Amino acid sequence: MTSPRDKFGRPIVVVTGMGIVTSLGAGKIDNWKRLTAGESGIRTVTRFPVDGLKSTMAGTVDFVSVDPFSSTGLTERLADIAAEEALGQSGIGSKGDFPGPLFLAVAPVEVEWPQRLEVGRAVGKPDFDYPDILRVSGGGKFGQYHHRFMFGSVAGHLAETFGTKGSPISLSTACASGATAIQLGVEAIRRGETDAALCIATDGSVNPEALVRFSLLSALSTQNDPPQAASKPFSKNRDGFVMAEGAGALVLESYEAAVARGATILGVVAGCGELTDSFHRTRSSPDGKPIIGCVRKTLADAGMTPEQVDHINAHGTATPENDKMEYLGISAVFGERAKQIPVSSNKSMIGHTISAAGAVEAIISLLTLEHQRIPPTINYHIPDPAIPFDVVPNVARDARVTAVMSNSFGFGGQNASLILTREPI
Amino acid sequence: MTEPKEAWITGIGIVSSLGEGLDEHWDALNARRINVDEKRFAPYIVHPLAPVSFDAQIPKKGDQRQMEAWQRIGTYAAGLALDSAGVKGNQEILGRMDMIVAAGGGERDLAVDIAILNADAKGNTAPNFLNERLMNDLRPTLFLAQLSNLLAGNIAIVHGVSGTSRTFMGEEAASIDAARIALARIASGQSDITLVGAAHNGERQDLLVLYEFGDFNLTDKFTPVWARRENSGFALGSAGVFLVIESREHAEARGATPYARLTNVVADLAQRKQPGAVTKSLEALWSKLGPPGDNCALITGATGIEPVTSEERAFLTAHAGCAVRATGTSFGHTLETQFPLGLALAALSISRGGLFPPNDPTGLEVEMSGPPSQIVVVGAGHWQGEGMAMVEAIT
Repeated sequence: MTSPRDKFGRPIVVVTGMGIVTSLGAGKIDNWKRLTAGESGIRTVTRFPVDGLKSTMAGTVDFVSVDPFSSTGLTERLADIAAEEALGQSGIGSKGDFPGPLFLAVAPVEVEWPQRLEVGRAVGKPDFDYPDILRVSGGGKFGQYHHRFMFGSVAGHLAETFGTKGSPISLSTACASGATAIQLGVEAIRRGETDAALCIATDGSVNPEALVRFSLLSALSTQNDPPQAASKPFSKNRDGFVMAEGAGALVLESYEAAVARGATILGVVAGCGELTDSFHRTRSSPDGKPIIGCVRKTLADAGMTPEQVDHINAHGTATPENDKMEYLGISAVFGERAKQIPVSSNKSMIGHTISAAGAVEAIISLLTLEHQRIPPTINYHIPDPAIPFDVVPNVARDARVTAVMSNSFGFGGQNASLILTREPI
Repeated sequence: MTEPKEAWITGIGIVSSLGEGLDEHWDALNARRINVDEKRFAPYIVHPLAPVSFDAQIPKKGDQRQMEAWQRIGTYAAGLALDSAGVKGNQEILGRMDMIVAAGGGERDLAVDIAILNADAKGNTAPNFLNERLMNDLRPTLFLAQLSNLLAGNIAIVHGVSGTSRTFMGEEAASIDAARIALARIASGQSDITLVGAAHNGERQDLLVLYEFGDFNLTDKFTPVWARRENSGFALGSAGVFLVIESREHAEARGATPYARLTNVVADLAQRKQPGAVTKSLEALWSKLGPPGDNCALITGATGIEPVTSEERAFLTAHAGCAVRATGTSFGHTLETQFPLGLALAALSISRGGLFPPNDPTGLEVEMSGPPSQIVVVGAGHWQGEGMAMVEAIT
């Protein structure tokens, strides 16, 4: 029997349940099949008119509907689906009674356009201003929009549905949010506060204003035709990321508790690390030090050397800036091995699920460990000579994989990395 | 498990409708001063931010331009907290300082919104109308002034706090959990020093609309929090509050002077459909917190919303041994900022050796003579989330 504690004397944290929804489908089976077949879930947006937008494609989850529609409502529903799958696999607790806290990565919530327009139409006079809107907002007619557009609403719903314990935490570290949710769960278990944590990351926010916002920051690919070829991580002709929706849910448990209840252990969260970049709101420090420091902190947290990592699930957004900086960071830590170690970007197929990405990609990393097969980076036809990664181009590859590093970097200087292993190290 | 480490509050930064810094706030509270604006958004009432020279903490105008008001307020308060802790500019400490910010979202461009709404209400807009207006009219960097995690991002850029950075969301509960996690990390040795706080701009019509959906806004006439049973509601307030919390050994090693000790933070999410659920939740948290002894006080972020305020009052009445102060009367409701505000005023009161006077015509708040040795900070969100903290004198 393996020791229930790691080499630093902390409880080992394992994964006993996983659920995933992306534009490729709902569930691990569908997603894994399509990811390893190199399929793209990116398509031209049909949920709303795209005329006048520079980027017209996204990895929308069109097979899930919510009524009345809101991005927050979809975000919540995606989390429900992922959590149900993760809890079903884990078999922990009982229905509606999860024995631990909830850590939820979720996009910032705000009143959305369909609802704003509805309130505006209720004013009933021409040339109105905000005080006129205020006058018609009260009295209960729009009462449900208060709850819907509170930041804590998705977590509140999930906590009630799944019976998580205590105060649920909603968090945002931008594109690193999913990794941060897992990190908070790992820390709580390591502190001995709980034997289990439910970590969910979800994002259903492909709407006109979200696309416009990222467009105005020149972050999105504009190579709209064909949409499935738009996301080109590490390629010389990459021109930005593609927005996407999805959710990932993980049941984390202490190794000791998981073994005690006879749970199947899907993998180990061996290390977590984060380091803030204070250089700029959207750009990385040109010397790459915060990314390098983040990767080193994660290795140190896992008590591992770079040689023990044999696959990197990249942040790989396909923005010119991110991919260049990710190579700089990885090559500084991994040296010559940076050119040999397989580095794959799931975002080439599922797009950038923003708040969900860190958890979605952690789950894909764990599936990689389970199947000993690495999903490809698709749309890789024109290599960028400045980024000599082995990107597992276009076709999945069988490989011996014992430890995966999953990276997440976000606006606001957010850098977070995870190391996932099949067995306790 | 190793023995939990003691956590000290060694830095406090406050900016609000009552001014900035500890002395101005202490004086204002002792003078029972309240700063409300009943006219600007009439019939809605707000506690507007006192005049602040942002240059003092955000020297680059370019940085100020990149932020909306809530980020400027928060970045300013964070700077005050770092000054107060004596770590401002200390790269060695700031480079490994952890940060947990509780945040909502930023201001919208109301002129853009209202133009779109007017055109839409007139009818005959093309399907691409919304897209084109947003593409053409939104300021490209406005998004960065709205993103929740960009308050933390700005604090990193302006002040160099760059160990770790996490942003919690979810109204009042977000900052209760921020304090809870910060303390847990310090107590367990996962962090040596953490900056915790929040900021809120209450002078926003888009927020008034959001809360008006639920009829939460106080209207027509200002009343103290405990006197709103008949005309319930909150008056939004502008404030930024940050605290530097560190392990005792870290503080002692650098010769820092503590204001108070943060002993415990507990939180829960009651299912409020049942009447009395909040009273019950607060009672359970009180037991979990470890009830205080003599010479205790209690600072609450009670909102003035019903029925939650009456449910909290029932809890308070059952623990009448603690002198109560409600920050909502003096500062308005500042959502995510209310709990850090309570922690800050608790630590300040302990360090000044006395509780500030009551400001309550209903008599729930009573005078306290002598220095408090323990202050319980209470937060019950206007629609969900409850929490409590224990702040103690270091003897």
